[in-house]
Amino acid sequence: MRLLAGRTLSAGPEGFAEHTARLGSLPHAGRELTQVVVRSGLTGRGGASFPAGMKWRAAAARHAQVLVVNGAEGEPHSKKDRLLMSTRPHLVLDGALLAARAVRVKEIVLYIGEHHTIARAAMERALAERPAADRKHFRIAAAPARYVSGDSSAAVHLVTTGIALPTNAPTAPAIVQNVETLAHVALIARSGEDTGTVLVTMAGGVARPSVLEVETTSTIADAIALAGGATEPPRAVLLGGYFGAWVEIGQAQGLTLDPAALRAQGLSLGCGVVGVLPGSHCPVCETAGIMRYLAGESSAQCGPCFFGLRALAEASGRIATQGSNSEDLQRLHRWAAEVKGRGACKHPDGAVMFLQSALSTFGREFASHPAHRARRTA
Amino acid sequence: MPDTFLWYVTRAAGAVSLVLLSGVVILGLLSTMRVQGKAWPRFLTTGLHRNVALIAVVFLFLHIVTAVVDPFTHLGWGAALVPFSSYYRTFWLGLGVIAFDLLLAIIVTSLVRNFIGHRTWRAIHWLAYASWPVAVIHGLGTGTDVWSFWFMLLTASCVGVVLIVAGYRFMAGPFDPLHTARTVFRGSVEKRELP
Amino acid sequence: MSRQYELIVDRIRCDGRGLCAELLPELIRLDDWGYPIISTGPIPDHLMPLAERAVEDCPVLALTLRRVEQGKRANR
Repeated sequence: MRLLAGRTLSAGPEGFAEHTARLGSLPHAGRELTQVVVRSGLTGRGGASFPAGMKWRAAAARHAQVLVVNGAEGEPHSKKDRLLMSTRPHLVLDGALLAARAVRVKEIVLYIGEHHTIARAAMERALAERPAADRKHFRIAAAPARYVSGDSSAAVHLVTTGIALPTNAPTAPAIVQNVETLAHVALIARSGEDTGTVLVTMAGGVARPSVLEVETTSTIADAIALAGGATEPPRAVLLGGYFGAWVEIGQAQGLTLDPAALRAQGLSLGCGVVGVLPGSHCPVCETAGIMRYLAGESSAQCGPCFFGLRALAEASGRIATQGSNSEDLQRLHRWAAEVKGRGACKHPDGAVMFLQSALSTFGREFASHPAHRARRTA
Repeated sequence: MPDTFLWYVTRAAGAVSLVLLSGVVILGLLSTMRVQGKAWPRFLTTGLHRNVALIAVVFLFLHIVTAVVDPFTHLGWGAALVPFSSYYRTFWLGLGVIAFDLLLAIIVTSLVRNFIGHRTWRAIHWLAYASWPVAVIHGLGTGTDVWSFWFMLLTASCVGVVLIVAGYRFMAGPFDPLHTARTVFRGSVEKRELP
Repeated sequence: MSRQYELIVDRIRCDGRGLCAELLPELIRLDDWGYPIISTGPIPDHLMPLAERAVEDCPVLALTLRRVEQGKRANR
């Protein structure tokens, strides 16, 4: 079973009747579904790849009161959550209802990016098609268009207080689950086992940047081919979006898009963005550009994150525009080690680990970068 | 004469309290401004702020007790705690009682700060900006020799320094380096009304 | 067996005032922007009084002492 099976994606959202005809009605599943999800090995698709079944167990033990369906999709290049909501909204609603029943939660909030109007319209229409008994559990909340809006604690904070700020501890007993994760749940509940697929957003130097559903046994090379092939011989791949890791193209091509296999190699699928860096693009400049973006997206609640990321962005920017120098290189290493773990949320950690992967994969380039104007990022 | 002796002690303790409390306010302002020097660590500002406040309480206690037991004023203990309940200089004394009550609230909340949390503590601590001026006015309003040179000079010096330091604290903008960035970010993530 | 504690800082509440690093330089140093970097692990017994003072003196109550349980992860 595939998430994107059914009508062609360009034909708009799949309606309730079509969805039910294709997949059958919503399975009756209560708390025993948690065990099914645990056995399936489903991991979250929001970025952290946390085992979904474990999350459900913990939420039930904590008496969670609200399920937040995280469709904020703050990652700039990611499009998979929007695609799911705008083409298969009933998969998402099914997954949400199933999760809510399994965890005994009565309130479901659909957290959708404020500018993602098509996705929101599709979800609203899909809700209207549902029986009132299901519909009454849902409400929609707009996620502000900032990177950290997708952070779980920020989502919960918005739902409880109206401001999408990450917090130290969750402000309410809640369970936050990514849109794609719940779509998988909708299929797992019907088949009893994992779908065996993942959604990836192919971005950067490929002929057809797009969302693909691929088997977890597929490699990155397969995915690049499915996206029309690389526009020019690539240098590396950024796996997992801006909180992901750079991987040399040689190593990347053989990697399978399986969360468990990637974790065994110290990598992560993250939010599913696979960014292909063309050979003609400078990795130092790309990294500096992304660092500048991430620094600007700090919620400015913690000094080490706000000042540290800004300093890291400025230093990598200097290397990019003015050429390598040993002081900035040393600073990058030192500050990265000092900033990690010293914020309230994972934003500084994600940015620092991204930078550290760049320093490790492109060590030669960082040490010998000539001065030239910064290029646009892919 | 015993009456006069008690009266002198009351006025002297009051004057000392004024100086000490002015010092407490100044140290509190310096603490917010994060002043620091090679030989002046920040914990010294904080430590002095606390200890001088406690010493001030001792002198205030002396000031109040001697005023109450002084047979000339016929004050009862109630007058020391309930504002405007004395017959003697009702208004000006009442101000002193108010200032003292506010100070008590500040000190008690500071002692139990760990239990009431930072936000509550801070809200009540702002009453210091009410307590101190009321105490100054009380000092100028009571007492028979208020318009003597030494007391005017003392009061003017205290008020002058406090006003200068307070002026700087409120004009020099937020001392928290994250203040602006945090405010800007908050503005960008407040709840959007759904159309 | 006496209890062991570790220092935990609330990163959002922390304002970079720096009193903690003045009081307990053995365990706390400030980064380039004035925010504390705290050594991991349980606090040595002879430094506990200073740690308690640092917690008490923090102007924004960002520091707390947490009991260290065996096997739990250390905090920065």
